[in-house]
Amino acid sequence: MKNSVNRDLPDDLMKDLDYKPFETTEIGNPDIQRVAPSVHVSTGDNKLVDSIKQVVADTVKDGMTISFHHHFRNGDFVFNEVMREIIDAGIKNLTLAPSSLTGVMNDMVIEAIKAGTITNITSSGMRGSLGDFVSHGGLKNPVIFRSHGNRARSIEHGDIKIDVAFLGVPNADELGNANGMTGNAVFGSLGYALMDAQYANKVVLLTDNIVSYPNTPASIKQTQVDYVVKVDKVGDPDKIGSGATRFTKDPKELKIASTVNDVIVNSPYFKQGFSFQTGSGGAALAVTRYLRQAMLDNKITASFALGGITKPTTDLLKEGLVDKVMDVQDFDKGAAESMHSNPNQQEIDASWYADPDNKGAMVDQLDVAILSALEIDTKFNVNVMSGSDGVIRGAIGGHQDAGTAKLTIISAPLVRGRIATVVPDVTTVVTPGDSVDVLVTEYGIAINPKRKDLQASLSNLPGVPVFTIEELQQLAEKKVGTPKPLAFTDRTVALIEYRDGTIIDTIKEVKD
Amino acid sequence: MAENEERLRRTMMFVPGNNPAMVKDAGIYGADSIMFDLEDAVSMAEKDAARDLVYEALQTQDYADAELVVRVNGQDTTYYDNDVKAMVKAGIDVIRLPKAETADMVTKLDADVAAAEKEFGRKAGSTHIMAAIESAKGVLNAPAIAAASDRMIGVALSAEDYTTDMKTHRYPDGAELEFARNMVLHAARAAGIAAFDTVFTNMDDTEGFYRETRYIHQLGFDGKSLVNPRQIPMVNEVYEPTEKEILNAKNVINAIEEARIKGSGVISMNGQMVDRPVVLRAQRVMRLAKASNLVDEEGNYLEK
Repeated sequence: MKNSVNRDLPDDLMKDLDYKPFETTEIGNPDIQRVAPSVHVSTGDNKLVDSIKQVVADTVKDGMTISFHHHFRNGDFVFNEVMREIIDAGIKNLTLAPSSLTGVMNDMVIEAIKAGTITNITSSGMRGSLGDFVSHGGLKNPVIFRSHGNRARSIEHGDIKIDVAFLGVPNADELGNANGMTGNAVFGSLGYALMDAQYANKVVLLTDNIVSYPNTPASIKQTQVDYVVKVDKVGDPDKIGSGATRFTKDPKELKIASTVNDVIVNSPYFKQGFSFQTGSGGAALAVTRYLRQAMLDNKITASFALGGITKPTTDLLKEGLVDKVMDVQDFDKGAAESMHSNPNQQEIDASWYADPDNKGAMVDQLDVAILSALEIDTKFNVNVMSGSDGVIRGAIGGHQDAGTAKLTIISAPLVRGRIATVVPDVTTVVTPGDSVDVLVTEYGIAINPKRKDLQASLSNLPGVPVFTIEELQQLAEKKVGTPKPLAFTDRTVALIEYRDGTIIDTIKEVKD
Repeated sequence: MAENEERLRRTMMFVPGNNPAMVKDAGIYGADSIMFDLEDAVSMAEKDAARDLVYEALQTQDYADAELVVRVNGQDTTYYDNDVKAMVKAGIDVIRLPKAETADMVTKLDADVAAAEKEFGRKAGSTHIMAAIESAKGVLNAPAIAAASDRMIGVALSAEDYTTDMKTHRYPDGAELEFARNMVLHAARAAGIAAFDTVFTNMDDTEGFYRETRYIHQLGFDGKSLVNPRQIPMVNEVYEPTEKEILNAKNVINAIEEARIKGSGVISMNGQMVDRPVVLRAQRVMRLAKASNLVDEEGNYLEK
C-alpha cells in the first residue's frame, strides 16, 4: 500500500503490526483513552540498593520492555552498566525502548542483539555502528522510530508498555525524589525521563549522589520510584554537553543563519510575544545570536523559547528578551545550570512538549521552528534519518513535532561536499512537506507554494534570492551531478512512525 | 566576461585555488570580485591540481555577477606560463600578477595574454589584468605599472611582502603603509583604474578591521582584498552611502534626466550648474546604494 506521501509500505508488516498508513498532519479532536501503570505498594522504606545485578534479577524477565533516557548523551555510564548485567543474566527477547540511543551505547546494543537479549527496539534515532548494524539486517524485527512527542503519545496509549525503566539521575534521596540539576553529572531537564517515571510499572533510579530526604525540587517523585541504586558514577560531565555552545565561525553557516533570521524577522510571526524553537548545532546557535539583535533592534520580546535548550537561549532569558524557557532537554552545562537558578526556565515532560494526543502541547502554540535536514525534496519532505548511502544515521528528535509550528524553517546547505541536500525524492520521509514552510540554503530560499501568504511577505527581501524548490534541486544537481540510485533489499529494517502513530516511511536493508 | 565600464570593486575575496569546497562556495557571499589564488595559498606539489580545479570551476560553477580574478604564479616561476594560458582559455575576467615591480612585467603579461587569447580563440582584449604591488621598487614604479597596458583594471597593495621589504612589519595604526597606500592610489587614479587595499588577516580584531577599512575608504580606495567571507558585509557597511548622500545623488540624477528630456547640454540643480565631478560622484553613490539594497529599482531611498 501507499501512504499520502507516496511511499510504498509493506502490506504484510503493516497488517502484522496493525499499522495505518500516514494520511495527514491534522490530528483532529478524537477522544483518547490513556493507560496507567501497575503499582507495587510499599511505604518506600527499603528502596535503596547498591547492586544493579540484584535489581535486574528482581525486575527484568524475558520478553519485557525496558527503557532508558538519553539525557547524559555521550557521557552516559548507566545504560552500559545495566545492560551488562541484563545480558550476563541471560535474559532474552527484550524490547528496548529508550528516549534515544547515543553513540556510547552502540557496542552494548549490538552485543545484546547478538546475544538474543534485545529483539525489538523503538527509539528516536540511532547513529554510527548501531545504525550500520541495523541497516545491514542485524536485527530481525524492524526498529520503530518515533519522535519525542510520539514516544510520549505511545507510552500514554500503551503502544509502548514499559515494564522497567532504568533512569540515571545526578541526585536522588533514598525514596527516589530526584532532579537533573545538581550533582556531578548534571544535565538539567529530565523531560524525556519523566514519561518513563510516570508510566513504567517499575522505576529504577541510578545515582552516584544520594542526598538527604526529602530532596527538592523533585522532578521525579518518590511516588513513582521502586528502587534507588547507588552507583560509582552515572556519567562523564565532560561528555554530556553536546559541544554545541560554540558560535560557528564557518562563513557558510553564518550566511545561512543570517538568512534564516531575515526570514523570521520579515514573516508575519515576528511580533511582540512570539515564540520559537531553534535546536542545537552551529547554524541554530548563530540564528539565536542574529535573532537576539533583531529583537533588540525592533524592541520585541518573545513569550517563550521551546525544546532542546542551549546557553545562548538561556542568555536571552536572563537578558529579558525571552519571558519563559520551556525546557524538555538541555544541550549544554550553561543551560542546565540556568534551569537551577532561573524559575522562568520551566522543566516540561515530553508529553507537555509535543504529544499530539493531548489537551494542548507546547508545540501547538509554537510560532517559529528552525529545523535541520539531511535531505529535503521537491515536495518539501524532510529526511533526518538515513544518510546518502541509505544507512540509518540520525534521529527524529522533535523534528515532526516542532514541524507543526506556524512557520517551520528548514535550514540546510544546498550541498554537503559532493552530496546534494535538496533532492528530487528524499531517501526516507520523516517530516512531511505539509509541515515545512521555508527552506533556507546558502544560495537562497524556497517557499512552500502552499504558503501564499509567506510568498507575499518574503519574496522581495534584499539579499535573499527566492527560488522554487525545483530550481534549488536543479542547482544542486548541476553542482554535484546525479548520484547512482541506492540499492536496497526487500527487507524492512525500520519503520518511521509519524507523530500520530501512522507509518510515514520505512527503511530497507542496504545492499552493498 | 568583464566589461570596461566602471563597476563596484569594494570586496576582492581570496579563495585558495586548491580547496574544492571553498572554490565551489565562493559565489554565495556577494563579493564584488572573487580572486582564485594559484600562488601563495597553493603548495608546490599542488600547483597543477589547483590550476585544473580552478579551470574546471570556471567552466561549471555559477558565480553570478562577481568579477572573477585569478592570481597566477609570478613570472619568475615555471608555473606562470601554464597559469596564464589555462586561465585565458577558461575565460577568466582578470589575471592578477603578483610581485609587480616594473612596467615591463605588465607589458610581458599583456603580450602573453594576447598570445593566449589568440591561441584559444578568445576575443582579443577580452581578458583584463591587474597588478599587485608588493615591494619598495613596485611602489616607486606604481604610476608606470598602472599605465602599462590598456587591459589594466586595477592595482593592489600587498602589505605583507611590502613591509618585509621595508624592514618593518604591520602596526595597528598603519603608519608604515601611508606612503605606499597613497602611491598606489594615486597611480591608479592617474591611470583611471581601480585601487585595492591590502588584506587584514586578524579575524578576531573586528574593531581594527573597521578602523582600517574606514581609513582606506576615506583615502579613496575602491575596496579591499579580503581573506575571509565574513569581512564582506563589514566592508560593504563602511562603503554604504548615507541617506543624505543618496537623496542628494538622486536629485543630481533627476537633474541629468531633466536636462536630457529638455535636450539641454547644461545640467542644473536648484539654479546651479552641476559639473562633471558631481555627476560622477552621484552615479557612484547610486551604484553603492543599489548594491547595499538602500534604494529601489527607481533609485528611491528605502527606509531601513
